[in-house]
Order: sequence, then C-alpha cells, then structure tokens
Amino acid sequence: MRPTDTLDPDFYHRVVDCQWACPAHTDVPEYIRMIAQGRYTDAYLLNRASNVFPSILGRVCDRPCEPACRRRRVEDKPVAICRLKRVTADLSDDVRPLLPPIPLEKNGKRIACIGAGCASLTVANDLLPLGYEVVVYEQLDRTGGLMRTNIPAFRLPQTVLDNELNTIIDMGVDLRLDQRVDSLATLLEESYDAVFIGTGAPRGKNLEIPGRYESDRIHIGIDWLESVAFEHTKKIGEQVLIIGVGNTAMDCCRTSLRLGGKQVKVMARKPRGYFKASEWELDDAEEEQVEIVVNHSPREFVINDGQLVGMQFDVFEYHVDDEGKLQQELIGEEFFPCDDVILAIGQETAFPWIERDIGLDFDQWDQPVVDRTTYQSTRAGVFFGGDAAFGPENIIWAVEHGHQAAISIHKHCLNEAIDDRLPFGMNLVSTKMSIHEWSFSNDYEGANRRQMRHVDLKERFNQLNIEVELGFSAEQTTIEVERCLNCDIQTVFTTDLCIECDACIDVCPVRCLTITENTDEPTLRAALTVPAQNPDQPLYVSATLPQTGRVMVKDENICVHCSLCAERCPTGAWDMRKSTLLIPYAADEETATWQHKTA
Amino acid sequence: MSFIKKPRINHPGLDTNAVGLTIQDYEGAMSTLCAGCGHDSVSSAIVQAYYELAIEPHRVAKLSGIGCSSKTPTYFLRPAHGFNSVHGRMPSIATGASAANRDLHYIGISGDGDSLSIGLGQFCHAIRRNVDMFYVIENNGVYGLTKGQFSASADVGSPARKGGGTNEIPPIDPVLTAINFGCSFVARGFSGDKTTLVPLIKAAILHRGFALLDVISPCVTFNDHEGSTKSYLHTREFEQTAVYADFVPIRDEITASVDTHVTPVTLHDGSQIHLRTVDPDYDPFDRDSVVAYLREHQNKGQIVTGLLFVDETAPDMLTLSSTTQTPLVDLSFDTLNPGAAALKTLQKQWR
Repeated sequence: MRPTDTLDPDFYHRVVDCQWACPAHTDVPEYIRMIAQGRYTDAYLLNRASNVFPSILGRVCDRPCEPACRRRRVEDKPVAICRLKRVTADLSDDVRPLLPPIPLEKNGKRIACIGAGCASLTVANDLLPLGYEVVVYEQLDRTGGLMRTNIPAFRLPQTVLDNELNTIIDMGVDLRLDQRVDSLATLLEESYDAVFIGTGAPRGKNLEIPGRYESDRIHIGIDWLESVAFEHTKKIGEQVLIIGVGNTAMDCCRTSLRLGGKQVKVMARKPRGYFKASEWELDDAEEEQVEIVVNHSPREFVINDGQLVGMQFDVFEYHVDDEGKLQQELIGEEFFPCDDVILAIGQETAFPWIERDIGLDFDQWDQPVVDRTTYQSTRAGVFFGGDAAFGPENIIWAVEHGHQAAISIHKHCLNEAIDDRLPFGMNLVSTKMSIHEWSFSNDYEGANRRQMRHVDLKERFNQLNIEVELGFSAEQTTIEVERCLNCDIQTVFTTDLCIECDACIDVCPVRCLTITENTDEPTLRAALTVPAQNPDQPLYVSATLPQTGRVMVKDENICVHCSLCAERCPTGAWDMRKSTLLIPYAADEETATWQHKTA
Repeated sequence: MSFIKKPRINHPGLDTNAVGLTIQDYEGAMSTLCAGCGHDSVSSAIVQAYYELAIEPHRVAKLSGIGCSSKTPTYFLRPAHGFNSVHGRMPSIATGASAANRDLHYIGISGDGDSLSIGLGQFCHAIRRNVDMFYVIENNGVYGLTKGQFSASADVGSPARKGGGTNEIPPIDPVLTAINFGCSFVARGFSGDKTTLVPLIKAAILHRGFALLDVISPCVTFNDHEGSTKSYLHTREFEQTAVYADFVPIRDEITASVDTHVTPVTLHDGSQIHLRTVDPDYDPFDRDSVVAYLREHQNKGQIVTGLLFVDETAPDMLTLSSTTQTPLVDLSFDTLNPGAAALKTLQKQWR
C-alpha cells in the first residue's frame, strides 16, 4: 500500500466516527471535553457553530453519530452524545452576546426564505452576520415548522424551541407570519437576490383501502399532531390503532395516551428489526405500555352504522430467503376493534405553489431537481433545503442543507461560481504537556452508558406538555463524558524517528499496531497482529521504516486513543495530536473573497 | 512509566487458544521500564509463546534475580507463581523448585549482570546439572539499573554513552559459555525480531533440560548510541542467522518439507522444531563445529542468532537423580516423612 496521506483532512476526519457520521460534522469529542471541563457555554457555542440548534437537537436529533460511535465497537453501547448535547444547552449561559454582531450597514442583498423551519433559519443564521436582509415567509402564525407542529411538546417543550428559534429571529429576520406563498413566480418578481425554499414535507401519506372515507375518526398522523399542537384536538377514543412504525407513529401513540387513549396499539406490517423508528423512540413508547403488533397489514376499515368500529388486517409470516431478501406469506386475517385510527406511514413534499414553467425543473417523481452540493435548483438563484430538497430526512440534515445553501446564496450574490467552494481544512496540534501527561483525559473509563432519567410513568400523563426526559444529572454527566474515547486526539506517526523497538506494539491494549513487510491491502489486513476485519475502517500505513525497510501499520478500527503507544515510544515517533476539522461556512467564503481581493 | 493502567478491552477479533484463554490472560502489570526497552519486547514474546502453546499461566513459575531484566516477570503471566531471589541466585531457587515440583514450567529471567557477573557460578552449575527450565538472559551489555556501567558482556572497544570511556575488558559470551558447560539447548535471539524470537521461546519452553536463550535486548537509555554493539541498529546490521527455527506444535500435522536443509527435532512432548540452517555446513548437533562457527563469526564482529545447539538426548537433573515422578506437594505426609526408623535404615546403608 502507498503511505497514508494524513494531510488530507478526510483521513483523520474519518477516524472521528461521530463527526464523520454527523451531516453537519459537529465536533463531538471537543464539546464533550469542554463539558468535562465545565465549559458549558463554550460547548454550546461549538455545537451551535455546526448544528445551530443544540438545545432542540439535544432532545430530538436522529443521532446518526451514535451508531457510528467507536465505543460501540469496543463494547455494546455508544457514548450518549445526544444527551450530552442537551447538557451543554441545559447549563449554558445566555449566548446571545457571544454571537457574531449583525452589521448595521447592510450589504444591499435581499434574500427570501420560504418556511420558518430549521433549514430557512439556518440560512438566516449564516447570512445575517454578513449584512444580508433576510425575509422569512411562514404560512402559520408561529415559527418552527414541523419541529413545532409534529414533535410533541412532551419531547420538545415550546420554550426550548422558542429560545433557539428566537435567537436567530432576533438577529434581524424580517419575519412574515401568516403569509402563505401561493406563487413562486409572483415572489420571484419581487426584488430578491435569491430565494431559499425550506417548506419541508408537509403532506402525510394516505391509505386508500375500503372504508377510508366513511368515518371522521381516521386521521393523517402529521395533520393530527399539528392539530394537537395547536390545541384544536384535545381528546381521542380509548382504543387507538396507529398504522406504521416510524418515528411519527411513536409520537402519535404517545400523544394518544395523553389525550385519553387507554389501549394504544402500533400496527407494524413487518417484524421487529425492519421498523423505521429509532431504537430509543421504540423503547420510550414501550415504556409507556404501547403495544407494538407485528406482521399485520391493513386490509380495510370496518364501519358499522357509519361508525368506525375497528380494522381488519392481513396477517403475514416472514422469512429471509437464500438471497437475504425478506419473503412474506399470508397466513390469515385478524380484526382489531378501535375508536380512532392514525395513519403514520410517511410524508412527502408538496409544491402546488411552484409554477412548472418558470425554468425550475421537476423530476419524474415530481420532485424539484436540486444539486446535491450547491442546493441550487435548475433556476439560478432559487435554492432548496431541508425536507423540501430531497424528501423527509432529519433536522440535522436540514441544518447542513441550510449551511451549504447559505454558501451558495452568498457566492451567487457575489457573482462567483457557486460550485467553487472552499475545501475542508485541518489543524493538528500536539497534546503533550510533559512526560506521559496529555492535555486530555486519556485513561479508559470502563463504565456503561448512563440511562436517561424519565418523569414518573403516572405523573407524566397529567398534562400533555410535561417533558418526559429530565436530562443528565451532574453525576451521570461526569461519567458519560469520560466514556468518550477522544477519537480526535490522533495517533500521529513520524516514520524517520522510529527505531522499530516494538514498544508501541507490545503495549497497545487493542493490538492495533503491526510492523510488517508492505504489500497489498487485503494481504496486509490479514497479516496484522489482530487481522483488520472491519473494511469500513481505514488502515494507516507509514512510509518505509529506516532500519528494516518494513512499514508501521495501524488498524484504526478500535483504537481507544489511550496514548500508551506514544508514552512507550522512546523516540517520540508516536505523538497524540488533536485534529480539528475546519469546516467552511458562508462567513469563511466572505473572508476568503476579501483576502483574495486585498492580496 | 505511564500513569494509567493498560485498559483491558476485549477486541472483537481476539482469538482464544486451546485452553480457552485470550492473549490478554497471559499479560501482566504495566511495565515500569524505560520506554522502548528491549526487555518489554521479550516479555511480549514470552506472553505470545505461552499463549500459543496453550500452557495455563498458573502452571508456570517465574523466577528472577536482580536487575532491569529481573523486574520483568511482573509484566507477564499475571496468574503464574513467582520468586524474586537475591542477586545472581535465581538458578539455585530454580533448581530447588524443580526438585520439589517437576510438573510446573520454570522460566528464569536474568540479565547479563545477574548471570555473567555476580551469578556466573550459579549459572554454570545449573547448566551442568541440566535443570529442566527455560533460562533467558536479556543481554544489553550495560548495568542499566545502576545507570549504564559496562557489564561482563560488553564488547571490547564499546564506547560509554557519556564520559568518553571505552571498555577494554574482554566479554563473556553466554552462548559459548553454555555450550562449553554442556548445555543441551542453546539459542540466541533479538528483541527487535519477534518472528524468530517467539518460535525459539516455544522450543525452549518445551525442551526437557536447561534451555538457554540469550536475547540481545537493547538498553534504549544507556546503550543504544552510535558505536554500541548492542543497539537496535547495530544488531540489525550485524545479525547473522545461522539457523531458522520453525516451531511445529504437536497438534499440527507434520508434513514432509522439500527443503533439504530442514532438520526436524522432536521435543519431549512430541512437538517438533524444524531447523533450517542457512549455511549448509552448519551442524547444530555437533558441539565442536558449533563452537568453531561461533568463534569465527564473533571475530568478524557478527552476532549469530537462531537455535545454535540442541541435544534432546541429554538426561535432565531429575532423571539423573531419580527423584519421584510426583510433585512433593502431592505426596502424603507419610511418604514424605517416613519417620525416624526409616531414617535409621537409610543411614545404616552408608555405615
């Protein structure tokens, strides 16, 4: 293999599994260390730089970081990254005075954002400090979009939502509530320099089976949640069936329990393991005694005298065939009585308000054609982000879309090529303080993941908006931060200094180092001290070693960054250096342009 | 020395051996030796060898004297028995222990100071008696624990790291010494080359009788400088492998090798060690020719490594003295102490 190019920011970035997996590339290990040091406000600000809504995401993020966490490969459970994010929000001081100042003198560019959800507000957050005027149109009388209407208050309190959204609104957003945009063509006639569309995926999918329109007790999940959020719906029948087993279904069943539902069943078409809901959302629902019924596919709504009395289901059995595909076999039918049915089988975008003759192309599925890098549509100056761009994803994706769209909008307004973007950068600084002393806690904490504390099962149903999760206690936080393996403190190898004494190889607790003859990757992977069996994790291969001409190989897979290799190295060939990923935002593009002009 | 303990983490890819243990079960405490010390590599090779042989750690007794090398039994085989003796007196302890319990595996860890200076007499007599043990000399040419004075194995002309002194006293070569005293298994390895060190250790462990392994184990603090003949760089440059040893455990099928230079040696448990001589004229069973070969290369400044001499037919101490096959601990008190009458009968034999 060729020597690894560690100057490519991607190499060390990949080692930081959580940051690599996060769409917004949040610097997780660094904010966890800040929490450990009691620097809650700094930790919040570091979060905010990449994910903008730490307080919201600390509660309801889909956490792509946690399945990726290295701790999961060392033991079973990942670091509670999301919970720790909430800790930063819970304990942070007011950060408003610490945010970039908004220039009094504007740059003369006006941007329209449609929808006041997380994508649009991220665009506003990135562009307002550069002197832009940002107008946000919202069809409802309040901000937040689906975060407000579809996530129940017992998971995400209104005050938390308001606090973070208003931080951005108060930067000087020209907010136009209750102003629905009915025609993009009309809006484009106004003097906006760019338009950003962040209207989400507001249409819940329907289930067209017999009896669908014969009762008013059959609800579309996201519409029903919105109606609950706006206090139009205040109760539900005792027996409720939820169709679908995604995260919206979990919100629907738990909300039902708080509005009078006694027997709430979630009806799943497939077996466990094929559910769309996140593991922890399933856990939380089952803790509240929601029953999840598997292998039942809806057949018809049963109506008696104009009244919904229940639903008939096909019952299936599943097995995995030789090709690994799931095969179903019909084995019978079953009737479930109910008073209400909530359909939570997905949602989609809706653009009846965008004219199809304005140079903005839609694809065969009637989705706008949007560039994956620039987020620009086929009409220059019109950008998409959030669920509106590529269909339903998660808040953290919408935030990243917003950051990238903001860069594009900025470059568009400067008449620069929007696909000529700044690359990621990297800083690499030694953490050595003295002999065997590092500026991070390198000892391995063997404790298991801390459990989130919940409000008592009876008490939580007293009111609709009692937040169930209590957050981490100080004791829980103290232990959980130490579980982080500091994957951003990289083991950096200097080939010329190595005397091949094997000290690092001998001391490594996970045996991830080997000095061997260089060869091709599959042979090398098999020849290591412990064979490198995880192809998703890269090998580090040094240049040719000075004494024997062999190479140092490191399997990055389960290195716990304990620094013992560096401590046992007599020549300092190994060093523990903190890699910091430098992520370009709109403000960095502004600086780069300015530097280019003055150079 | 590090302030943190080596964390015990179960690597998902970590195998177990024939007795169901992982290699971690053969490790010891964190080393307090200097970073980069050759001795730590020897400890690591010992861990690997016992693990691969699937010898349960508690069936091993670790014995040592005084010195950097003699500290190392703490750093491997945590569950094994251990005895840290007076300086240079480890061979006596090993001799006694072996007499008392022949069922344990004995590993003696010593250094060039412990074996070639203060303990030379003990070392020679243990070889003469052919005590059934594996004896390691971690040889670095200096007294590391007392800050780097020349030891009895320092070569003539070796410069001191500081102060400009040069060694003028001729060295004692443990390998030649052992062969001259009739040692039945003599090998030399290098701590920086585990691929050859580990098979040597495995063969030495299973050899019945005194198995000497001299390991060039650089002192990274006091004897790894330019001019040193026991540094990593010098050893790599002047290492001359006479015999490659491939260890073949008893469980593995022994297949005929096409290489004409391969000589199989059956160890007492039935395992084999395949010796591949690099020089076709080298005969690891002929004591005189081995000595001549070693002298010739020594004069050229070369460090000959490998399994240099082996004699699986020599009777060990317990065989020579016809002692009981049962460890003393397993004998009943009556057998162990037959009483005054039996003593009298015994004494009468010599009157």
